[in-house]
Amino acid sequence: MNTVNDIFGKQLKILNIGLEQFADDLTSQGIPCIQLDWRPPAQGDPEAADLLSLLLE
Amino acid sequence: MVLKTVIRRGEYYDSGRLMIVTRTISKLEGIIDAAVQMGTALNKEALKRTGLLDKDSEGASVDDLMISMKGTGEGVESALVQLDALLNQSSSGLQDSEYRPKTIDSALKAEPGLNFAIISVPGRFAKNEAMKALQKGMHVLLFSDNVSIEEEKELKTFAVSHGLLLMGPDCGTAIINNVPLGFANKVRQGNIGVVGAAGTGMQEVMTLIHKHGAGISQAIGTGGRDLSVTIGGAMMLQGLKALNSDKNTDIIVVISKPPAPEVSDKILQFIKDECRKTIVVNFVGGGRPESIEACGAISASTLEEAALRASELAGHANGAPRMAEEDLDRIARDEAKRLNAGQKYLRGLYSGGTLCYESMLIVRDFVGDVYSNTPLNKQMKLLDSAAPCKHTCLDLGDDEFTAGRAHPMLDTTLREQLFEHEASDPNVAVILLDIVIGYGSHSDPAGVFADLVRKHKENARREGRHLIVISSVCGTEEDPQNSLTQERKLQETGVIVMPSNAAAARLAGKIVSYANSEERRL
Repeated sequence: MNTVNDIFGKQLKILNIGLEQFADDLTSQGIPCIQLDWRPPAQGDPEAADLLSLLLE
Repeated sequence: MVLKTVIRRGEYYDSGRLMIVTRTISKLEGIIDAAVQMGTALNKEALKRTGLLDKDSEGASVDDLMISMKGTGEGVESALVQLDALLNQSSSGLQDSEYRPKTIDSALKAEPGLNFAIISVPGRFAKNEAMKALQKGMHVLLFSDNVSIEEEKELKTFAVSHGLLLMGPDCGTAIINNVPLGFANKVRQGNIGVVGAAGTGMQEVMTLIHKHGAGISQAIGTGGRDLSVTIGGAMMLQGLKALNSDKNTDIIVVISKPPAPEVSDKILQFIKDECRKTIVVNFVGGGRPESIEACGAISASTLEEAALRASELAGHANGAPRMAEEDLDRIARDEAKRLNAGQKYLRGLYSGGTLCYESMLIVRDFVGDVYSNTPLNKQMKLLDSAAPCKHTCLDLGDDEFTAGRAHPMLDTTLREQLFEHEASDPNVAVILLDIVIGYGSHSDPAGVFADLVRKHKENARREGRHLIVISSVCGTEEDPQNSLTQERKLQETGVIVMPSNAAAARLAGKIVSYANSEERRL
């Protein structure tokens, strides 16, 4: 079973979903970080988004 | 002069990017005022206050981009031409060109080793993104607020059963492997681990530990509701277990606003039964010291004291400057003497929730309970959160102020407006401001407020008042903004800068207490 301690001491490789400032800050410190091009799903309708994600599974 | 509104249906940009675009557009020639933001109720309220709201923006939904501008016809047309280029610039000012995957799956295909996600999308979408990341085996810092407690429970149950961190929702800060995440400060690496349900509380403790000369091994944020009955301290326990078995951690600091009593008992029992490290506990304003000490932990009454105790245990004490009580008394008497008879009240304008909470606890000893949007007791809840009365402390980072807009540590606009209002109130004696720097925060918050303080101190002087502004800088000299530079900028305008949030609140409480005392009236 994995534990939280598995991440301690390892190189963080980060996916940033949202505010780009966080990705810019990490990149400026040389931390590997990918910025997701995130958009609200299905014009922001959560029910339609749930339906869409079920169809895509 | 024209007022122009453009609504773009279903077009989304994050609040940080929109804040930068708004600032840039507002400075263009021929523009008097502008706002480019998502159509949340909070943003419409702000448009109403500034006279930019019209029928079109009133009809915008939370998923629509609202572009509102006031200026000359030519200026507005020119700004609209430049708008798209600005919207497509990254926050560092460069045109976006690097590859950006659109889904977590495609990100993992491009970089299979991704092991950590920071999520700050609007709250109603945050749970789905966080769950997807957890299911891919990634640890998560969930910065988003406005996430329901049921969703939090589901996420944390999954995370705990898979040995993962789900820090949040509404988790502002963490330091993992010396990497500052979210709103976080550059601090020395060391042997003190921190686990906290209080973002700016953790920042305050860690920066003071750094100033004492000690350092941080790991800092795990849990989100403010973790110690509620529903969540049961799931991530606090997960964090404690991890730090307890971490070979680089010798001392653990636990920070939280008052937990639910049964959750407090559970945490303390775990410390008693399982923890082999030395533990310092600060349940800000809650938890009985005797029950904390009965489980073998050390109880600290303030964030400042928690940092000092932990640093002493690490062999680094008294590096950070502290204020002696008699010095605070002397400054308070001198300042209070300069107030005019009508100046009675204290107004705290906070970007940090825990800093606001700690200040309310401290000033309560001098002036009783204060009004707030997040009061210590329900009777002191403001009817209108943006309209302070008598003694008030506002937490401007609370959910109600952040829907569709950047956090006040990054976007100072709302706090600037409130500062101007409070500084002009003839009944106000003292304004308390926290200046929180570090990664994620505004690039020069002290510079922003120094200009305002200068202007309003002069206005007050002309009106026969003495405006007192007290602040403390939560940050280090290694942060991009440099705490020493920030402190100097404030001091140069006459702001009284204290070495900690607790000291700033104590001084403010003493001043207002003297100002309202019999001794002064005689």
